[in-house]
Amino acid sequence: MATVTSQVEVPAGVTLPIYMDNHATSPLDPRVLEAMMPFFTNKFGNAASRNHSFGWEAEQAVETAREQIAKLIGASAKEIIFTSGATESDNLAIKGIAEMYRERGNHIITQVTEHKAVLDTCKRLEKYGYRVTYLPVKADGLIDLEDLKRAIDDKTILVTIMAANNEIGVIQPVREIGKICHEKGVIFHTDAVQIIGKAPFNVIQDNVDVASLSGHKIYGPKGVGALYVRRRNPRVQIAAQIDGGGHERGMRSGTLNVPGIVGMGKACEIAMQEMDTEAAYLRGLRDRLKEKLESALDYVHVNGSWEHRLPGNLNMSFVYVEGESLLMGINDVAVSSGSACTSATLEPSYVLKALGLGDDVAHSSIRFGLGRFNTQAEVDYVAAKVIDIVKKLRELSPLYEMVKEGIDLTKIEWQAH
Amino acid sequence: MAYSDKVVDHYNNPRNVGTLDKSSQEVGTGLVGAPECGDVMRLQIKVNPETQVIEEAKFKTFGCGSAIASSSLATEWIKGRTVEDALAIKNTDIVKELALPPVKIHCSVLAEDAIRAAIGDWKKKNGVAENAPAAVESAK
Repeated sequence: MATVTSQVEVPAGVTLPIYMDNHATSPLDPRVLEAMMPFFTNKFGNAASRNHSFGWEAEQAVETAREQIAKLIGASAKEIIFTSGATESDNLAIKGIAEMYRERGNHIITQVTEHKAVLDTCKRLEKYGYRVTYLPVKADGLIDLEDLKRAIDDKTILVTIMAANNEIGVIQPVREIGKICHEKGVIFHTDAVQIIGKAPFNVIQDNVDVASLSGHKIYGPKGVGALYVRRRNPRVQIAAQIDGGGHERGMRSGTLNVPGIVGMGKACEIAMQEMDTEAAYLRGLRDRLKEKLESALDYVHVNGSWEHRLPGNLNMSFVYVEGESLLMGINDVAVSSGSACTSATLEPSYVLKALGLGDDVAHSSIRFGLGRFNTQAEVDYVAAKVIDIVKKLRELSPLYEMVKEGIDLTKIEWQAH
Repeated sequence: MAYSDKVVDHYNNPRNVGTLDKSSQEVGTGLVGAPECGDVMRLQIKVNPETQVIEEAKFKTFGCGSAIASSSLATEWIKGRTVEDALAIKNTDIVKELALPPVKIHCSVLAEDAIRAAIGDWKKKNGVAENAPAAVESAK
């Protein structure tokens, strides 16, 4: 009798389940937790309280974090605005710039593989009379700079293009995009959530005007993010989207999440110190995983550019095996799939579709997101397990059997349902 | 998503996986779904020409756990039934047996379609009149 249950042995030192979904979120670094703890207990002051030591202490901690974050991206502390997370940062940047520069123009340029926090914000602005250009991406996931140049017109006020993609880890040519924007006098916003602490990112060298940042993707806490807003060459102004006490230089009212901010600051400080060695480590693990999978399985391929990619990202399609069924077989490993069955909408990943991949290949994709706390033993276990389950599911796959018999699947009249 | 114990059981131990000789006169083959939709089921039956009893049923499925379980269950249910009895199986029976959530109902529809397609193929091969079966209760 066929069986899909895996008998792969768990190596010594590996505890199940294994977390390998670090693009979704990352575990809190114990050093970050340690830095945060006092601000949950005796250091509980409101950073906006100006007339007692509780407030001063909180404010001091917030300013230290602002410095730590600014330093990681080459900004100055005054250019950092705290938010509740990167979704809010994206909303604030795009809506705030659209509102502030409405008299100058109403055209915004973005691209199709952006995070929904950017795409849906742009869609909302379309309802309010803004015009949005969604640039396509090439098969490797990168935009074509010539497309960008052509798309900019005299009504363009903002270009918003992510630094690194959350699904395929592809890194866009941020520096060149920023250069084009500056030449044309257009503001450049980038969702830098996935890149900071993982690959070099510097707002000055990379010509970035506004950047969205998140705490929990870099081993910091959830519920805290930041927006970098350039103060000179050019000075960018943003209309507040949350009104109130005028915190954060009037750009974002609301009492500051002091423990969260302290944690995000500490996470940035650690990232700054460890990024180079960590990136090399993750690249080693990631390449090892890829090589193991590729040497044991046929019909696998990497989605998106291999060259321009985050060190911890491997997005791979195991063709003729449906992604959700694969996840079910490796249920002691936390990864993601671009399969429709894993999404609420029953649509396969729009990012993978934008690369020109067929829906069938998108349905077969798995995203491995390696992080600081993954080990080589975990990679070896995950590789063995995936290989085992893919082989078993292919024994169950009519498509795999047909392809092995030499049948061209594209020539079959499928009854789409 | 949490799966029911029965879905997990069929996924872990799928029944009747395999391939029958599709050129055989006694074998009917149904291939339904589409790769771009994320599920394709191939269900095959071997029918006794005397009794019209389905003596063997085999499947292969590309799809999620619920699709695999639905087709696995379908082969279990049709084995030993006559062709006409097998046509009485409804997708709603599969939904109930496997406790499929609403987003997975299409998997059961596909399994019912696969049974009908396999039987239809066998009838065509054997010159048995297609006596219009009840309309498919699809939840497409």
